[in-house]
Amino acid sequence: MYDFLKSLDRRWIFLLMLLAVAIPILGGWRFPERPSPLVETVFDTIEDLPAGSRVWMAYDYDPASQGELHPMGMAFARHCALKRHKMYFMTLWPQGTVMVQSCLDMLKTEFPDLVYGEDYVNLGFRPGSEGPIKIIVTDLRKSVSSDINGVSLDEIPMTRDLKNVQGVDLIINVSSGTPGTKEWVLYASTPFHITTVAGCTGVQTPYLYPYVPDQLLGMLGAIKGGAEYEFLLLDAYPQLRDNPDAKEALRRMGPQLFGHLLLIALIVMGNVIYFMQRQRGEV
Amino acid sequence: MKRTVPLMIAATTGFVLIVSYFIPYTESWGEDAMTWFNILAAIAFILGGGNLLRMQLQKISDRRPGWGYAAVTLAAFVITLFFGLFKIGVQPTAAFPTNAWAAPYDREGSALWWCVEYLYRPLASTMFALLAFYIASAAFRAFRAKNTEATILLVTAFIVLLGRTYIAGIVREWLPEGLQSLSFDNMTNYIMSVFNLAGMRAITIGIALGVASTSLKVLLGVDRSYLGAGDE
Repeated sequence: MYDFLKSLDRRWIFLLMLLAVAIPILGGWRFPERPSPLVETVFDTIEDLPAGSRVWMAYDYDPASQGELHPMGMAFARHCALKRHKMYFMTLWPQGTVMVQSCLDMLKTEFPDLVYGEDYVNLGFRPGSEGPIKIIVTDLRKSVSSDINGVSLDEIPMTRDLKNVQGVDLIINVSSGTPGTKEWVLYASTPFHITTVAGCTGVQTPYLYPYVPDQLLGMLGAIKGGAEYEFLLLDAYPQLRDNPDAKEALRRMGPQLFGHLLLIALIVMGNVIYFMQRQRGEV
Repeated sequence: MKRTVPLMIAATTGFVLIVSYFIPYTESWGEDAMTWFNILAAIAFILGGGNLLRMQLQKISDRRPGWGYAAVTLAAFVITLFFGLFKIGVQPTAAFPTNAWAAPYDREGSALWWCVEYLYRPLASTMFALLAFYIASAAFRAFRAKNTEATILLVTAFIVLLGRTYIAGIVREWLPEGLQSLSFDNMTNYIMSVFNLAGMRAITIGIALGVASTSLKVLLGVDRSYLGAGDE
Protein backbone atom coordinates (compact mmCIF):
# COMPACT_ATOMS: atom_id res chain seq x y z
CA MET A 1 0.00 0.00 0.00
CA TYR A 2 2.79 2.37 1.02
CA ASP A 3 4.63 1.70 -2.22
CA PHE A 4 1.45 2.17 -4.26
CA LEU A 5 0.68 5.53 -2.61
CA LYS A 6 4.31 6.68 -2.77
CA SER A 7 4.30 6.41 -6.52
CA LEU A 8 0.59 7.03 -7.06
CA ASP A 9 -0.20 7.62 -10.71
CA ARG A 10 -1.83 11.03 -11.05
CA ARG A 11 -4.53 9.50 -13.23
CA TRP A 12 -6.00 7.95 -10.04
CA ILE A 13 -6.20 11.44 -8.54
CA PHE A 14 -7.86 12.73 -11.71
CA LEU A 15 -10.39 9.90 -11.51
CA LEU A 16 -11.15 10.66 -7.85
CA MET A 17 -11.64 14.35 -8.65
CA LEU A 18 -13.95 13.44 -11.54
CA LEU A 19 -16.08 11.30 -9.20
CA ALA A 20 -16.03 13.95 -6.44
CA VAL A 21 -17.39 16.52 -8.89
CA ALA A 22 -19.65 14.34 -11.03
CA ILE A 23 -21.56 12.42 -8.33
CA PRO A 24 -23.01 15.49 -6.54
CA ILE A 25 -23.88 17.07 -9.91
CA LEU A 26 -25.63 13.97 -11.20
CA GLY A 27 -27.27 13.39 -7.82
CA GLY A 28 -28.50 17.01 -7.75
CA TRP A 29 -27.36 17.37 -4.13
CA ARG A 30 -27.97 20.79 -2.62
CA PHE A 31 -27.05 22.12 0.81
CA PRO A 32 -28.43 25.05 2.81
CA GLU A 33 -26.23 28.14 3.13
CA ARG A 34 -25.60 30.63 5.91
CA PRO A 35 -24.91 34.01 4.29
CA SER A 36 -21.85 35.84 5.55
CA PRO A 37 -22.09 39.51 6.63
CA LEU A 38 -20.39 40.65 3.40
CA VAL A 39 -22.98 38.89 1.24
CA GLU A 40 -25.84 40.18 3.40
CA THR A 41 -24.53 43.72 2.93
CA VAL A 42 -24.51 43.30 -0.86
CA PHE A 43 -28.04 41.89 -0.83
CA ASP A 44 -29.37 44.62 1.48
CA THR A 45 -27.74 47.35 -0.61
CA ILE A 46 -29.63 46.28 -3.74
CA GLU A 47 -32.78 45.44 -1.80
CA ASP A 48 -32.92 48.78 0.01
CA LEU A 49 -32.58 50.91 -3.13
CA PRO A 50 -35.89 52.48 -4.10
CA ALA A 51 -37.60 50.75 -7.05
CA GLY A 52 -36.43 52.19 -10.35
CA SER A 53 -32.96 53.15 -9.12
CA ARG A 54 -30.18 53.31 -11.68
CA VAL A 55 -27.71 50.45 -11.39
CA TRP A 56 -24.52 50.20 -13.45
CA MET A 57 -23.84 46.52 -14.20
CA ALA A 58 -20.12 46.25 -14.97
CA TYR A 59 -19.59 42.63 -16.00
CA ASP A 60 -15.86 42.22 -16.48
CA TYR A 61 -15.41 38.51 -16.97
CA ASP A 62 -15.34 36.00 -19.79
CA PRO A 63 -16.46 32.41 -20.43
CA ALA A 64 -13.28 31.06 -18.79
CA SER A 65 -14.55 32.09 -15.37
CA GLN A 66 -18.27 31.68 -16.01
CA GLY A 67 -18.37 28.59 -13.78
CA GLU A 68 -17.48 30.74 -10.80
CA LEU A 69 -19.00 34.10 -11.71
CA HIS A 70 -21.93 33.71 -14.06
CA PRO A 71 -24.41 32.48 -11.41
CA MET A 72 -23.78 35.62 -9.35
CA GLY A 73 -23.99 37.79 -12.49
CA MET A 74 -27.38 36.26 -13.23
CA ALA A 75 -28.47 36.59 -9.59
CA PHE A 76 -27.61 40.30 -9.57
CA ALA A 77 -29.57 40.86 -12.79
CA ARG A 78 -32.51 38.84 -11.45
CA HIS A 79 -32.54 40.79 -8.18
CA CYS A 80 -32.40 44.16 -9.97
CA ALA A 81 -35.20 43.05 -12.32
CA LEU A 82 -37.38 41.99 -9.39
CA LYS A 83 -36.75 45.36 -7.76
CA ARG A 84 -37.50 47.12 -11.07
CA HIS A 85 -34.13 48.87 -11.08
CA LYS A 86 -32.82 50.34 -14.32
CA MET A 87 -29.83 48.27 -15.47
CA TYR A 88 -26.94 49.62 -17.55
CA PHE A 89 -24.78 46.73 -18.73
CA MET A 90 -21.21 47.31 -19.88
CA THR A 91 -18.02 45.26 -20.07
CA LEU A 92 -14.34 46.07 -20.31
CA TRP A 93 -13.52 42.54 -21.47
CA PRO A 94 -13.83 41.71 -25.20
CA GLN A 95 -15.43 38.33 -24.45
CA GLY A 96 -17.58 39.85 -21.71
CA THR A 97 -20.25 40.72 -24.29
CA VAL A 98 -21.21 37.04 -24.40
CA MET A 99 -21.80 36.97 -20.66
CA VAL A 100 -23.81 40.21 -20.76
CA GLN A 101 -25.90 38.87 -23.66
CA SER A 102 -26.61 35.75 -21.64
CA CYS A 103 -27.98 37.93 -18.79
CA LEU A 104 -30.09 39.89 -21.27
CA ASP A 105 -31.50 36.65 -22.69
CA MET A 106 -32.44 35.62 -19.16
CA LEU A 107 -34.17 38.97 -18.58
CA LYS A 108 -36.13 38.58 -21.84
CA THR A 109 -37.28 35.09 -20.87
CA GLU A 110 -37.97 35.49 -17.16
CA PHE A 111 -39.11 39.11 -17.14
CA PRO A 112 -40.98 39.62 -20.44
CA ASP A 113 -42.63 42.76 -19.09
CA LEU A 114 -39.29 44.57 -18.91
CA VAL A 115 -38.56 46.69 -21.96
CA TYR A 116 -35.12 47.05 -23.56
CA GLY A 117 -34.09 50.69 -23.48
CA GLU A 118 -36.51 51.53 -20.67
CA ASP A 119 -35.55 48.98 -18.02
CA TYR A 120 -32.19 47.70 -19.21
CA VAL A 121 -29.65 48.56 -21.86
CA ASN A 122 -26.53 46.90 -23.22
CA LEU A 123 -23.70 49.36 -23.78
CA GLY A 124 -21.37 46.62 -24.98
CA PHE A 125 -17.59 46.38 -24.76
CA ARG A 126 -15.21 49.31 -24.48
CA PRO A 127 -11.48 48.82 -25.15
CA GLY A 128 -8.73 50.50 -23.17
CA SER A 129 -8.65 48.59 -19.90
CA GLU A 130 -9.48 51.06 -17.10
CA GLY A 131 -9.38 54.01 -19.54
CA PRO A 132 -13.13 54.03 -20.27
CA ILE A 133 -13.92 54.12 -16.52
CA LYS A 134 -11.96 57.34 -16.14
CA ILE A 135 -13.95 58.91 -18.96
CA ILE A 136 -17.48 57.70 -18.29
CA VAL A 137 -17.39 58.82 -14.66
CA THR A 138 -17.28 62.40 -15.90
CA ASP A 139 -18.69 62.21 -19.44
CA LEU A 140 -20.46 59.07 -20.61
CA ARG A 141 -20.82 60.13 -24.23
CA LYS A 142 -17.10 60.72 -24.69
CA SER A 143 -16.59 56.97 -24.54
CA VAL A 144 -20.04 55.51 -25.16
CA SER A 145 -22.16 57.24 -27.77
CA SER A 146 -24.51 54.36 -28.56
CA ASP A 147 -25.69 51.00 -27.26
CA ILE A 148 -24.47 47.68 -28.67
CA ASN A 149 -26.97 47.92 -31.55
CA GLY A 150 -25.64 51.31 -32.62
CA VAL A 151 -28.65 53.24 -31.32
CA SER A 152 -27.65 56.69 -30.02
CA LEU A 153 -27.85 57.14 -26.25
CA ASP A 154 -30.02 60.21 -26.86
CA GLU A 155 -32.67 58.00 -28.46
CA ILE A 156 -32.76 55.48 -25.60
CA PRO A 157 -35.17 56.56 -22.84
CA MET A 158 -33.06 55.34 -19.92
CA THR A 159 -29.77 56.87 -21.15
CA ARG A 160 -31.17 60.12 -22.53
CA ASP A 161 -30.70 61.98 -19.23
CA LEU A 162 -27.68 60.11 -17.95
CA LYS A 163 -24.61 62.34 -18.24
CA ASN A 164 -22.09 60.12 -16.50
CA VAL A 165 -21.71 57.23 -14.09
CA GLN A 166 -21.98 59.62 -11.16
CA GLY A 167 -25.68 59.69 -12.04
CA VAL A 168 -26.21 56.07 -11.05
CA ASP A 169 -27.22 54.93 -7.58
CA LEU A 170 -25.08 51.83 -7.47
CA ILE A 171 -22.28 50.11 -9.35
CA ILE A 172 -22.34 46.32 -9.39
CA ASN A 173 -19.12 44.85 -10.69
CA VAL A 174 -18.58 41.18 -11.42
CA SER A 175 -14.94 40.64 -12.22
CA SER A 176 -12.37 37.95 -12.76
CA GLY A 177 -9.24 40.08 -13.11
CA THR A 178 -7.93 43.31 -14.60
CA PRO A 179 -9.72 45.54 -15.47
CA GLY A 180 -12.27 44.75 -12.82
CA THR A 181 -13.37 45.57 -9.30
CA LYS A 182 -10.12 47.22 -8.25
CA GLU A 183 -10.22 49.60 -11.22
CA TRP A 184 -13.89 50.52 -10.62
CA VAL A 185 -13.07 51.18 -6.97
CA LEU A 186 -9.99 53.28 -7.76
CA TYR A 187 -11.37 55.36 -10.63
CA ALA A 188 -15.13 55.54 -10.00
CA SER A 189 -16.41 54.68 -6.56
CA THR A 190 -13.66 56.23 -4.42
CA PRO A 191 -13.08 59.61 -6.14
CA PHE A 192 -16.77 60.20 -6.88
CA HIS A 193 -18.30 58.47 -3.84
CA ILE A 194 -20.46 56.07 -5.86
CA THR A 195 -21.75 53.13 -3.84
CA THR A 196 -20.18 49.96 -5.22
CA VAL A 197 -20.61 46.26 -4.55
CA ALA A 198 -18.83 43.42 -6.29
CA GLY A 199 -18.64 39.76 -7.03
CA CYS A 200 -15.28 38.21 -7.82
CA THR A 201 -13.34 34.99 -8.16
CA GLY A 202 -11.90 33.20 -5.14
CA VAL A 203 -8.39 34.17 -6.22
CA GLN A 204 -9.26 37.87 -6.31
CA THR A 205 -11.14 37.98 -3.00
CA PRO A 206 -8.10 38.37 -0.67
CA TYR A 207 -6.82 41.28 -2.78
CA LEU A 208 -10.11 43.15 -2.46
CA TYR A 209 -10.61 42.83 1.30
CA PRO A 210 -8.63 46.04 2.02
CA TYR A 211 -11.25 48.06 0.11
CA VAL A 212 -14.16 46.79 2.25
CA PRO A 213 -16.27 48.49 3.58
CA ASP A 214 -15.30 52.12 2.91
CA GLN A 215 -14.56 51.91 -0.82
CA LEU A 216 -16.37 48.67 -1.57
CA LEU A 217 -19.52 48.20 0.45
CA GLY A 218 -19.75 44.44 0.12
CA MET A 219 -18.44 41.55 -1.91
CA LEU A 220 -19.38 38.05 -3.02
CA GLY A 221 -16.36 35.80 -3.05
CA ALA A 222 -16.35 32.96 -5.59
CA ILE A 223 -19.16 30.45 -6.10
CA LYS A 224 -19.70 30.27 -2.32
CA GLY A 225 -20.61 33.98 -2.27
CA GLY A 226 -22.90 33.41 -5.26
CA ALA A 227 -24.62 30.52 -3.48
CA GLU A 228 -25.16 32.58 -0.32
CA TYR A 229 -26.60 35.38 -2.44
CA GLU A 230 -28.96 33.00 -4.23
CA PHE A 231 -30.03 31.65 -0.83
CA LEU A 232 -30.98 35.18 0.29
CA LEU A 233 -32.71 35.87 -3.01
CA LEU A 234 -34.81 32.69 -2.83
CA ASP A 235 -35.68 33.51 0.75
CA ALA A 236 -36.86 37.04 -0.11
CA TYR A 237 -38.56 36.13 -3.40
CA PRO A 238 -40.29 32.72 -3.04
CA GLN A 239 -41.54 32.92 -6.65
CA LEU A 240 -37.98 32.05 -7.73
CA ARG A 241 -38.01 28.71 -5.93
CA ASP A 242 -39.54 26.92 -8.91
CA ASN A 243 -36.87 28.33 -11.23
CA PRO A 244 -33.91 25.88 -11.42
CA ASP A 245 -31.74 28.55 -13.08
CA ALA A 246 -32.05 30.70 -9.95
CA LYS A 247 -30.29 27.95 -7.95
CA GLU A 248 -27.27 27.48 -10.18
CA ALA A 249 -24.65 28.53 -7.60
CA LEU A 250 -26.36 26.46 -4.90
CA ARG A 251 -26.18 23.46 -7.24
CA ARG A 252 -22.45 23.99 -7.66
CA MET A 253 -21.79 23.90 -3.91
CA GLY A 254 -22.18 20.09 -3.90
CA PRO A 255 -19.18 19.48 -6.18
CA GLN A 256 -17.33 22.20 -4.26
CA LEU A 257 -17.87 20.37 -0.94
CA PHE A 258 -16.67 17.02 -2.23
CA GLY A 259 -13.83 18.59 -4.22
CA HIS A 260 -12.57 20.36 -1.09
CA LEU A 261 -12.88 17.22 1.02
CA LEU A 262 -10.90 15.28 -1.58
CA LEU A 263 -8.22 17.97 -1.62
CA ILE A 264 -7.90 17.80 2.18
CA ALA A 265 -7.74 14.00 2.08
CA LEU A 266 -5.04 14.15 -0.62
CA ILE A 267 -2.98 16.69 1.32
CA VAL A 268 -3.23 14.61 4.52
CA MET A 269 -2.32 11.46 2.62
CA GLY A 270 0.59 13.18 0.91
CA ASN A 271 1.92 14.35 4.29
CA VAL A 272 1.53 10.92 5.91
CA ILE A 273 3.59 9.43 3.08
CA TYR A 274 6.12 12.26 3.44
CA PHE A 275 6.58 11.61 7.18
CA MET A 276 6.83 7.86 6.59
CA GLN A 277 9.50 8.52 3.96
CA ARG A 278 11.34 10.75 6.44
CA GLN A 279 11.21 8.08 9.12
CA ARG A 280 12.65 5.53 6.72
CA GLY A 281 15.31 7.99 5.61
CA GLU A 282 14.06 8.03 2.02
CA VAL A 283 13.98 11.88 1.82
CA MET B 1 14.47 60.80 -32.61
CA LYS B 2 12.85 57.35 -32.58
CA ARG B 3 13.09 57.33 -28.81
CA THR B 4 12.85 61.03 -27.98
CA VAL B 5 9.39 61.58 -29.50
CA PRO B 6 7.74 58.61 -27.71
CA LEU B 7 9.46 59.71 -24.49
CA MET B 8 8.04 63.22 -24.83
CA ILE B 9 4.55 61.93 -25.63
CA ALA B 10 4.62 59.59 -22.61
CA ALA B 11 5.95 62.30 -20.28
CA THR B 12 3.50 64.98 -21.46
CA THR B 13 0.47 62.67 -21.25
CA GLY B 14 1.54 61.35 -17.86
CA PHE B 15 2.02 64.79 -16.36
CA VAL B 16 -1.27 66.04 -17.88
CA LEU B 17 -3.09 63.15 -16.19
CA ILE B 18 -1.43 63.89 -12.85
CA VAL B 19 -2.14 67.62 -13.06
CA SER B 20 -5.76 67.05 -14.15
CA TYR B 21 -6.38 65.04 -10.99
CA PHE B 22 -5.35 67.90 -8.70
CA ILE B 23 -6.39 71.03 -10.64
CA PRO B 24 -10.10 71.21 -11.59
CA TYR B 25 -9.37 73.65 -14.47
CA THR B 26 -7.30 70.98 -16.23
CA GLU B 27 -9.79 68.14 -15.67
CA SER B 28 -10.92 68.17 -19.31
CA TRP B 29 -7.27 67.82 -20.48
CA GLY B 30 -7.08 64.53 -18.62
CA GLU B 31 -10.36 63.38 -20.19
CA ASP B 32 -9.02 64.20 -23.67
CA ALA B 33 -5.81 62.30 -22.97
CA MET B 34 -7.87 59.29 -21.88
CA THR B 35 -10.00 59.52 -25.05
CA TRP B 36 -6.80 59.38 -27.15
CA PHE B 37 -5.66 56.46 -25.04
CA ASN B 38 -8.92 54.59 -25.70
CA ILE B 39 -8.63 55.22 -29.46
CA LEU B 40 -5.04 53.93 -29.38
CA ALA B 41 -6.18 50.90 -27.36
CA ALA B 42 -8.73 50.08 -30.06
CA ILE B 43 -6.06 50.45 -32.77
CA ALA B 44 -3.79 48.21 -30.71
CA PHE B 45 -6.23 45.36 -31.46
CA ILE B 46 -5.36 45.72 -35.17
CA LEU B 47 -1.64 45.80 -34.37
CA GLY B 48 -2.11 42.76 -32.14
CA GLY B 49 -3.90 40.91 -34.93
CA GLY B 50 -1.14 41.82 -37.40
CA ASN B 51 1.54 40.69 -34.97
CA LEU B 52 -0.27 37.39 -34.35
CA LEU B 53 -0.46 36.78 -38.11
CA ARG B 54 3.24 37.57 -38.60
CA MET B 55 4.42 35.37 -35.73
CA GLN B 56 2.29 32.37 -36.67
CA LEU B 57 3.13 32.62 -40.38
CA GLN B 58 6.83 32.77 -39.53
CA LYS B 59 6.50 29.67 -37.35
CA ILE B 60 4.74 27.77 -40.13
CA SER B 61 7.16 28.90 -42.83
CA ASP B 62 10.23 27.92 -40.71
CA ARG B 63 8.57 24.56 -39.85
CA ARG B 64 9.47 25.15 -36.20
CA PRO B 65 8.44 22.51 -33.62
CA GLY B 66 4.70 22.82 -32.98
CA TRP B 67 4.04 24.62 -36.29
CA GLY B 68 0.83 22.61 -36.60
CA TYR B 69 -0.57 24.47 -33.57
CA ALA B 70 0.38 27.73 -35.24
CA ALA B 71 -1.64 26.65 -38.29
CA VAL B 72 -4.66 25.92 -36.09
CA THR B 73 -4.28 29.33 -34.37
CA LEU B 74 -4.03 31.05 -37.73
CA ALA B 75 -7.04 29.23 -39.18
CA ALA B 76 -9.14 29.98 -36.07
CA PHE B 77 -8.11 33.65 -36.21
CA VAL B 78 -8.87 34.10 -39.90
CA ILE B 79 -12.19 32.21 -39.80
CA THR B 80 -13.42 34.10 -36.72
CA LEU B 81 -12.39 37.43 -38.21
CA PHE B 82 -14.13 36.57 -41.48
CA PHE B 83 -17.35 35.52 -39.73
CA GLY B 84 -17.38 38.69 -37.64
CA LEU B 85 -16.37 41.24 -40.27
CA PHE B 86 -18.73 39.94 -42.94
CA LYS B 87 -21.54 39.15 -40.51
CA ILE B 88 -21.94 35.64 -41.91
CA GLY B 89 -25.31 34.10 -41.09
CA VAL B 90 -26.64 37.21 -39.35
CA GLN B 91 -30.42 37.44 -39.53
CA PRO B 92 -32.09 40.86 -39.90
CA THR B 93 -33.56 42.52 -36.80
CA ALA B 94 -37.12 43.78 -36.44
CA ALA B 95 -35.82 47.37 -36.71
CA PHE B 96 -34.21 46.68 -40.13
CA PRO B 97 -36.09 43.68 -41.57
CA THR B 98 -34.66 44.05 -45.07
CA ASN B 99 -31.02 44.61 -44.19
CA ALA B 100 -29.09 41.92 -42.33
CA TRP B 101 -25.99 44.13 -42.33
CA ALA B 102 -27.71 46.41 -39.81
CA ALA B 103 -27.95 43.57 -37.28
CA PRO B 104 -25.23 42.97 -34.65
CA TYR B 105 -22.38 40.67 -35.75
CA ASP B 106 -22.89 38.39 -32.74
CA ARG B 107 -26.66 38.07 -33.09
CA GLU B 108 -28.04 34.67 -32.09
CA GLY B 109 -27.84 32.24 -35.01
CA SER B 110 -24.92 33.97 -36.73
CA ALA B 111 -21.73 32.05 -37.55
CA LEU B 112 -19.73 34.08 -35.04
CA TRP B 113 -22.35 33.47 -32.32
CA TRP B 114 -22.17 29.75 -33.12
CA CYS B 115 -18.37 29.79 -32.79
CA VAL B 116 -18.53 31.60 -29.46
CA GLU B 117 -21.39 29.53 -28.07
CA TYR B 118 -20.25 26.08 -29.17
CA LEU B 119 -16.48 26.42 -29.46
CA TYR B 120 -15.07 29.27 -27.40
CA ARG B 121 -17.33 28.98 -24.34
CA PRO B 122 -16.94 25.21 -23.84
CA LEU B 123 -13.19 25.37 -24.55
CA ALA B 124 -12.59 28.27 -22.14
CA SER B 125 -14.70 26.62 -19.42
CA THR B 126 -12.87 23.32 -19.93
CA MET B 127 -9.47 24.96 -19.56
CA PHE B 128 -10.60 26.57 -16.30
CA ALA B 129 -12.13 23.31 -15.03
CA LEU B 130 -8.91 21.41 -15.71
CA LEU B 131 -7.33 23.45 -12.91
CA ALA B 132 -9.22 21.36 -10.34
CA PHE B 133 -7.49 18.20 -11.55
CA TYR B 134 -4.02 19.69 -11.61
CA ILE B 135 -4.46 21.41 -8.25
CA ALA B 136 -5.51 18.06 -6.71
CA SER B 137 -2.47 16.34 -8.16
CA ALA B 138 -0.15 19.17 -7.06
CA ALA B 139 -1.67 19.25 -3.55
CA PHE B 140 -0.92 15.55 -3.12
CA ARG B 141 2.69 15.86 -4.27
CA ALA B 142 3.85 19.28 -3.11
CA PHE B 143 1.84 20.55 -0.12
CA ARG B 144 4.10 19.24 2.68
CA ALA B 145 4.40 20.30 6.34
CA LYS B 146 8.17 20.60 6.03
CA ASN B 147 8.61 23.41 8.57
CA THR B 148 6.61 25.65 10.91
CA GLU B 149 5.60 28.14 8.18
CA ALA B 150 4.41 25.37 5.87
CA THR B 151 2.45 23.77 8.73
CA ILE B 152 0.70 27.07 9.54
CA LEU B 153 -0.12 27.46 5.85
CA LEU B 154 -1.46 23.92 5.73
CA VAL B 155 -3.71 24.36 8.79
CA THR B 156 -5.00 27.69 7.45
CA ALA B 157 -5.74 26.06 4.09
CA PHE B 158 -7.73 23.28 5.82
CA ILE B 159 -9.80 25.80 7.79
CA VAL B 160 -10.56 27.96 4.74
CA LEU B 161 -11.29 24.95 2.51
CA LEU B 162 -13.77 23.57 5.06
CA GLY B 163 -15.12 27.02 5.95
CA ARG B 164 -16.29 27.42 2.36
CA THR B 165 -18.41 24.27 2.42
CA TYR B 166 -21.53 22.84 4.04
CA ILE B 167 -19.33 20.95 6.55
CA ALA B 168 -18.77 24.30 8.30
CA GLY B 169 -22.49 24.54 9.07
CA ILE B 170 -22.63 21.00 10.46
CA VAL B 171 -19.64 21.64 12.75
CA ARG B 172 -21.14 24.94 13.89
CA GLU B 173 -24.40 23.29 14.93
CA TRP B 174 -22.50 20.60 16.75
CA LEU B 175 -20.33 23.06 18.70
CA PRO B 176 -21.61 24.42 22.06
CA GLU B 177 -22.71 28.05 22.22
CA GLY B 178 -19.50 29.28 23.85
CA LEU B 179 -17.28 27.73 21.17
CA GLN B 180 -19.14 29.04 18.10
CA SER B 181 -16.20 31.25 17.20
CA LEU B 182 -14.21 28.06 16.58
CA SER B 183 -16.52 26.90 13.80
CA PHE B 184 -14.81 26.66 10.40
CA ASP B 185 -16.88 29.42 8.77
CA ASN B 186 -16.33 31.86 11.64
CA MET B 187 -12.62 31.08 11.68
CA THR B 188 -12.50 31.52 7.89
CA ASN B 189 -14.15 34.93 8.17
CA TYR B 190 -11.69 35.85 10.94
CA ILE B 191 -8.67 34.70 8.93
CA MET B 192 -9.84 36.59 5.84
CA SER B 193 -10.82 39.81 7.59
CA VAL B 194 -7.90 40.03 10.06
CA PHE B 195 -4.74 38.18 9.00
CA ASN B 196 -5.40 38.33 5.25
CA LEU B 197 -6.57 41.94 5.44
CA ALA B 198 -3.47 43.07 7.35
CA GLY B 199 -1.16 41.27 4.93
CA MET B 200 -2.95 42.52 1.84
CA ARG B 201 -2.95 46.13 3.09
CA ALA B 202 0.80 45.97 3.59
CA ILE B 203 1.30 44.45 0.14
CA THR B 204 -1.09 46.96 -1.49
CA ILE B 205 0.68 49.94 0.08
CA GLY B 206 4.04 48.50 -0.96
CA ILE B 207 2.87 47.98 -4.52
CA ALA B 208 1.39 51.49 -4.65
CA LEU B 209 4.69 53.03 -3.54
CA GLY B 210 6.53 50.90 -6.10
CA VAL B 211 4.14 51.91 -8.88
CA ALA B 212 4.47 55.60 -7.96
CA SER B 213 8.26 55.47 -8.06
CA THR B 214 8.35 53.43 -11.30
CA SER B 215 5.82 55.76 -12.93
CA LEU B 216 7.92 58.79 -12.02
CA LYS B 217 10.97 57.10 -13.53
CA VAL B 218 9.03 56.43 -16.74
CA LEU B 219 7.65 59.97 -16.94
CA LEU B 220 11.06 61.54 -16.32
CA GLY B 221 12.66 59.29 -18.92
CA VAL B 222 14.91 57.50 -16.41
CA ASP B 223 13.29 54.12 -17.12
CA ARG B 224 13.04 53.58 -20.88
CA SER B 225 12.58 49.81 -20.85
CA TYR B 226 9.01 50.15 -22.21
CA LEU B 227 10.48 51.43 -25.49
CA GLY B 228 12.24 48.12 -25.98
CA ALA B 229 15.79 47.54 -27.18
CA GLY B 230 17.00 49.41 -30.25
CA ASP B 231 19.15 52.18 -31.61
CA GLU B 232 18.98 55.63 -30.09
